[in-house]
Amino acid sequence: MATQDRVNDFVIRIATVNGTGSASANSLLMKAIFRMGIPVVGKNYFPSNIQGLPTWYEIRVTKDAYLSRSGHIDIMVAMNAQTYSDDLISVQSGGVFIYDSTRRREELHTRTDVTVLPIPLSELANNAFTGARTRILMRNVTYVGALAALLEIDLDTLKQLLEETFSNKQALIDSNLTAIQIGYNYAREQFNCPLSMRLSRLDKTAGHIMIDGNTAAALGCVYAGATVGSWYPITPSTSLFDAFTDFCKRFRTDTESGTQNYCIIQAEDELAAIGMALGAAWNGARAFTSTSGPGISLMSEFLGLAYFTEIPLVLFDIQRVGPSTGMPTRTQQSDILSAAYASHGDTRHVLLFPSDPAECFELAVTAFDLADRLQTPVIVLSDLDIGMNDWPCPELRWDDTYRPDYGKVYRANELRDLERFQRYLDVDGDGICYRSLPGDHPRGAYLIRGSGHNQAGAYTERSDEYIEVMDRLRRKFDTAATLVPGPIIERTPNADVAIVSLGSCHGAIQETRDRLAEKGLASDYLRIRAFPFCDDVRSFIDSHPRVFVVEQNRDAQLRSLLMTETGIAADRLVPVLYYGGEPLSSVDIIDVILEEIKQGKAA
Amino acid sequence: MSFIKKPRINHPGLDTNAVGLTIQDYEGAMSTLCAGCGHDSVSSAIVQAYYELAIEPHRVAKLSGIGCSSKTPTYFLRPAHGFNSVHGRMPSIATGASAANRDLHYIGISGDGDSLSIGLGQFCHAIRRNVDMFYVIENNGVYGLTKGQFSASADVGSPARKGGGTNEIPPIDPVLTAINFGCSFVARGFSGDKTTLVPLIKAAILHRGFALLDVISPCVTFNDHEGSTKSYLHTREFEQTAVYADFVPIRDEITASVDTHVTPVTLHDGSQIHLRTVDPDYDPFDRDSVVAYLREHQNKGQIVTGLLFVDETAPDMLTLSSTTQTPLVDLSFDTLNPGAAALKTLQKQWR
Repeated sequence: MATQDRVNDFVIRIATVNGTGSASANSLLMKAIFRMGIPVVGKNYFPSNIQGLPTWYEIRVTKDAYLSRSGHIDIMVAMNAQTYSDDLISVQSGGVFIYDSTRRREELHTRTDVTVLPIPLSELANNAFTGARTRILMRNVTYVGALAALLEIDLDTLKQLLEETFSNKQALIDSNLTAIQIGYNYAREQFNCPLSMRLSRLDKTAGHIMIDGNTAAALGCVYAGATVGSWYPITPSTSLFDAFTDFCKRFRTDTESGTQNYCIIQAEDELAAIGMALGAAWNGARAFTSTSGPGISLMSEFLGLAYFTEIPLVLFDIQRVGPSTGMPTRTQQSDILSAAYASHGDTRHVLLFPSDPAECFELAVTAFDLADRLQTPVIVLSDLDIGMNDWPCPELRWDDTYRPDYGKVYRANELRDLERFQRYLDVDGDGICYRSLPGDHPRGAYLIRGSGHNQAGAYTERSDEYIEVMDRLRRKFDTAATLVPGPIIERTPNADVAIVSLGSCHGAIQETRDRLAEKGLASDYLRIRAFPFCDDVRSFIDSHPRVFVVEQNRDAQLRSLLMTETGIAADRLVPVLYYGGEPLSSVDIIDVILEEIKQGKAA
Repeated sequence: MSFIKKPRINHPGLDTNAVGLTIQDYEGAMSTLCAGCGHDSVSSAIVQAYYELAIEPHRVAKLSGIGCSSKTPTYFLRPAHGFNSVHGRMPSIATGASAANRDLHYIGISGDGDSLSIGLGQFCHAIRRNVDMFYVIENNGVYGLTKGQFSASADVGSPARKGGGTNEIPPIDPVLTAINFGCSFVARGFSGDKTTLVPLIKAAILHRGFALLDVISPCVTFNDHEGSTKSYLHTREFEQTAVYADFVPIRDEITASVDTHVTPVTLHDGSQIHLRTVDPDYDPFDRDSVVAYLREHQNKGQIVTGLLFVDETAPDMLTLSSTTQTPLVDLSFDTLNPGAAALKTLQKQWR
C-alpha cells in the first residue's frame, strides 16, 4: 500500500479531545479539499459529553464521490494522548500516523508498516502564541498547516476560507494563517512532501454544497411555510431547531417592526412539544416538532390522538442508537417499527426516509403537503449520520411556482353553503374527509375528540359507527400508498443480486454495488422512500427470488415491516444488518452478501 | 344522567346581546353528568358570561383533557370548535393553538385530576409562559369517571365515600401553585354561587394572559358526603370571599365614584373589573402578601374565594416572543417563503 499512489482516495482521521475547538480546524481542512474540486465526506464521532472525552473527525477523500465511510483509516492525526495507542492500532497497513511529539513517545514508533510522523504541535503553537485557549486552538490549526504540506492542500484556498469565516476579524485571520504557515513549514523541512497519499485538483464539486441533514430539513420547513415549531432538546435532533430558529430570524422577521412571522416554542418535554404542534396544526398552521428515539416513545400517545382525530402533523425523528437512552451520539435506524405503528390501538403512520441532506430538504416539503393532504402525522425518519454530518449534495433547488397542498379544507364561504357539515364523512371515497378550521364559521364547529366518534364527529360507543371510522382510516392509508414518494429503483440487466434498503444506507450500498460489479456480480437496487409501501416495492421483490434487505438495526425492522405489510415470505428477504452505531460502510455489507452468494442464496 | 337529545326551543321574546345572539346561541348539548353536578353550574355560568360579553361563539376555542370536567365543553357554546384531547395534556394543545391563531378566545376546561396529577407539569408551564387563555379547574377532590378515587386536591383527613379510608397526603392547591408560578390572574369560585362566578369568568376571559379560575365544584356522587371538604355543605360553611369582583363592560360609562376598598382594574379591551376587598389590608396586586393571606386562612380550614390576584401588565407568551399581531394562520405563503433567489444566496456559505 505504501508505495501505491493514492491520489484523492484516502481517509484522514483526527483524534482530539472534545471541547478543544478542533471542529473549526477540521471544517477548514475539509472545506479546503472540497474547494479543490475533490469530493469529500465528513463523519464526526463525538461523545455524549461536553468537555474532556475523546472525539474523532473523519474526512474521506473520495475521487469516486462515494458518500459513506470507507471502513479504513489511512492517515491518523493523533492529538489525544488518552487514545494514542488505540489510534495507532486503527491505522491500516501502509498508512501514516501523525502525533503531537512535544513529548516524544517511543512506544508509538513500533509499527513498521505505518509511517509515523512526529510533529511537536503544542511546542510550535506555544512558541508562536500566548494565552492558554489560543495556544490550544492554534495547535489544531497547526496540524491543518502540516497536512497542507503533506497532502498538497492549496494554501490560497485555506487563506480564502479563513477570510470568509472571520470576515472582519483581521487578528483571527492573521493568527490562523501564522499557525498554518508554522505547521506547513515544519512538515516541509522534516518530511518528504507530499505523501504518496495526496490531493490533486479535480472538478467534481461544482454545483455542490456541504451540508448536514438537520440544517437542510429545517430549511425545508421554512420553504414549506411552517409557522409553528415546538421542540424539546435531544441529541441528535437539536440542531434541526437551532437551524430553523436561525433561518426564521433571517427570513421571517419583519425588518421594520422586528416582529416575527413564526413562533418557536421550546417545550417542557416531548409530550408538550408534540401537543403544541398538534394544537397549532388543528388551528390550520403548518406545524412540526423534531425529536429522537426517546421522544418517539413519549410522543406516542399524541401520535395516536393525531391519527384518530386526523390532524396533520410533521415530526422529524433523527434516529440514534437505542434502546432506552442508548448511545445518544451514535447512529442507527431502529425506530422504523415503533414509528410505523406508534401508539396503542390500531394505528399506522406515514413515514418518509430521506437518504441524504438534499432529500431532507425535499422531503420536509413533501411531508407538509402529505400531512395536509392526508390529515395525519407524517414522520420523517432521518438519523444522526444524515442529520449531523456534513454531506456533499447537489445545490438545493427551489421552484417558485410551488404552492402548498393544504388538502381538503372547507373554509367559511364553503361552509356557509353547506347544508350540514360532517367532519368524518368520506365525500370523495378516498378515505380523506373535509376538515374545518376553528374560528372560520359556526357551521364548521365540532368537538374533535380522541374518544370514539362517528362520521359526524359526535361521541359514540356504537360498534357500527366505530367500525365505519376505523375502516375508512384504513382506506385512507391505502390512498396514502398512492401519494407518497415512490422508491428509487436501479436495475441492471441479468442482475445476480437484489438489494432493498432505505435512508442513510444508500451511500454504502452504492459502493457495495461497485465492488460487486468488480467481481462480476451485477445488482438491482430498490431504495424505499416511504411507508406505506407502494406497489413498486412489492413488484420489485416479487421479480427476484431473494432480496437482501440492508438496514441499521439488530432486529431487521424494515424486513419485518415488509413481511407484515406485503405478505412476502421470510426466506425471500435476507437480512443484512449493522447496528454498531457508526455510519454504515460497504465493508459492513459486502462480506455478508458474498457469503450468502457462496452458499447459493443469491437473488 | 340524561340521554335524551336536548330540544331546541326558540322563544321569540328572548333578549339578544350586542352581536344579535340570544343566550340559547351560547348553549351546548344536554349534559350527561350526574344530576346536581357542580360542573353543570359552571357550564351555565360560562354560557352567561360569553353571552353577556357578546363574544361570537364561533370565535371561541374550547379545549379540555380527560375526566368529568373535560366532558363539559360539549355542554356550552355549540357553535365553537372544541378539542377534547388526552389526559393532562390540554395546556400544550392550547399553547400551540394560541401560537397559530392569537385572535381566538381560548377556554380550557380541566379538573383536579387532569391538572394537578397527570397534567401538573403542563399546567405549570402554561402558567410560566403566560399563554393567553382562560383556564378553569372544576375542583372536586376526586376522580369521578373512574368512580371516586382521591385526587391530588383532596384535603388531609378527607374520608372516601366507600372504602379507600382517609386521605393522608397533603393536597396541591391550584391557586397557590398558580400564584407561585407567576400566574397573572388567579381566582377561586364556588359552583354553588353563580352570581359571583359570572363576573369572575368575564374578567378571566378578557384578561390577556393566563387566567386561572379554580372552582370548587362538588361531586354529588363520590364526594358530597359528611366529612368531605369538597362538599356543598362544607364549602358553603367555610367559604370566605376575600375579593369581590364586579365587571364593568366597556360600553357602560365608567364612573369615578368608587368606594374605599374598591380598586378598578382596566382590562386590555378597556372594560374594568372593580375589586372590592373584604379585608382593607388585602392587596390583590401583591403576590407575596396574597400567598401569606391564603396560607393563613387555609390553615384555619377556610376556603378563600374571589379574584385573588391580578397583574394586567405581565406580557403574554406571544408578546414575549414578538410574534406578529396577524394570526400566523392568516399569513400568506408568499410572506412565508423566501424564494429561489434567497436560497441560492444562502448556499454560498456551504461551498
